[in-house]
Amino acid sequence: MICQECNQRPATLHFTNFSNGEKTEMHLCEKCAQEKGEMFMMNNGPAFSINSLLAGLLNMEPAFPQKNEAFQTEQVLQCPQCSMTFPQFVKVGRFGCATCYDAFREQLAPIVRRLHSGNSVHNGKIPKRIGGGLHLRKQIDDLKQTLKDLISQEEFEKAAETRDHIRELERKLSAGQEGGE
Amino acid sequence: MSLEKFINQAVSSWMSDDGPDSDIVLSSRIRFARNLDEYNFPTLFTNGEAEAVIGTIMERAQKTALGFGKLELVKMDGIPPLQKRVLVEKHLISPHLAENALHGAVLLSKNEEISIMINEEDHIRIQCLFPGFQLSEALEAANKIDDWLEEDVNYAFDDKFGYLTSCPTNTGTGIRASVMMHLPGLVLTQQMNRIVPAINQLGLVVRGIYGEGSEALGNIFQISNQITLGKSEEDIVEDLKSVVSQIISQERSAREALAKTSNIQLEDRVFRSYGTLANSRIIETKEAARCLSDLRLGIDMGFIENISKSILNELMILTQPGFLQQYAGGPLRPNERDIRRAALIRERLKMETKEESGG
Repeated sequence: MICQECNQRPATLHFTNFSNGEKTEMHLCEKCAQEKGEMFMMNNGPAFSINSLLAGLLNMEPAFPQKNEAFQTEQVLQCPQCSMTFPQFVKVGRFGCATCYDAFREQLAPIVRRLHSGNSVHNGKIPKRIGGGLHLRKQIDDLKQTLKDLISQEEFEKAAETRDHIRELERKLSAGQEGGE
Repeated sequence: MSLEKFINQAVSSWMSDDGPDSDIVLSSRIRFARNLDEYNFPTLFTNGEAEAVIGTIMERAQKTALGFGKLELVKMDGIPPLQKRVLVEKHLISPHLAENALHGAVLLSKNEEISIMINEEDHIRIQCLFPGFQLSEALEAANKIDDWLEEDVNYAFDDKFGYLTSCPTNTGTGIRASVMMHLPGLVLTQQMNRIVPAINQLGLVVRGIYGEGSEALGNIFQISNQITLGKSEEDIVEDLKSVVSQIISQERSAREALAKTSNIQLEDRVFRSYGTLANSRIIETKEAARCLSDLRLGIDMGFIENISKSILNELMILTQPGFLQQYAGGPLRPNERDIRRAALIRERLKMETKEESGG
């Protein structure tokens, strides 16, 4: 039997569904079944714990594009610090250490966006001491935006002032980095 | 021990002090989740790392005093289970810290407005619990403690993700702002089922008094923010504040409407509950919570004048299993607790009338 979704691979999984007295059958290959998986999950009833809900949410994002099947098993993402793997993180819904965020950065963005209604960038407090450079960088980014606005409004005098201010801050930032490291 | 002394020792400032709008908002809470850069998160840290985290924070606490008085360290493996339960019932530590964290500890300020949990789900959980509607004040206090800690320890922080927490639902600001509200008017007028979904749509969560999954005992609801990333701490708190202000005015108008349309029925309900509390010999948690809510409503609406307002906050906490057992000085079976609960409430009400005749 051939998979009814892709009509290419052999169907290895067979689903039978009864709803409203009607029986429907589905014959899928493993790959298509996985893609359908999220749909099944939503219909799985209310008996979800918070943890499995979260894990489910995390799972919906394929960890990496499936291209070269032969190498897939070796490509499992792993945090170099605490050696938590991405599948492990998905299962428990908790990070092992701060470095995990770096290790899974690419995969995290869409997950985080889903958890925080579309937001993926921190916009709040920055720690005073370790965040010294960050404060400056944020200020510079804000000023650059102001500069663009001023130029488009043809307020060149003010724009020049803002430009000088940005340069000054950039000097401070690079000086701070050399001093710190 | 006399009941008076026991209560004096047991009551934290958020239960007994008056705050703004405290007829409806019982307490305001701000919590920050923070982690130290150099250790694995509590998800999988070693015993050694757990000890090191406690050590780091203790060192910080001993070096300089914070503007909030001395902080006392309580280690979870150093106190009996009953005492842990009492701390949970007072909302000073989470059930998670009490149950799971072998290497958990908490730093408590004397008036119990501040508690810093160590090695809970994150290395550090700063909590400020204030009486009444004081979210901004609690945020200011939490920020102060946060800055004070950060002077000496390296937080796990990322340019883009903000404060890194062990659960991705807290990432960013790591803030949870919440208020505990007594909403008998909205419940009696059956408006809660309409209001809860509306609040949820605004990205806020409504729960019962003991957090996730608990039911709203005694018409007490907890409302908190859900999203922690992409908005500043101030915006998160302001958003919650504006929703809470609206709920306060809705609750007030519900109470007014009740007073106008069914005053005698309401008065009857209040005094029946008062009677139950003052006379019953066996009382379960649920019934006690319901009657206490009625009594408090009666005090707020002027039906009852000689009882202090803080009685709801106090007795809701003091009549829970942990406290009852501590007062009794040992473990109690559920039916013994119900007897003990009824006795405690009767005695507490007698204290009120004594004060009245004495003063």
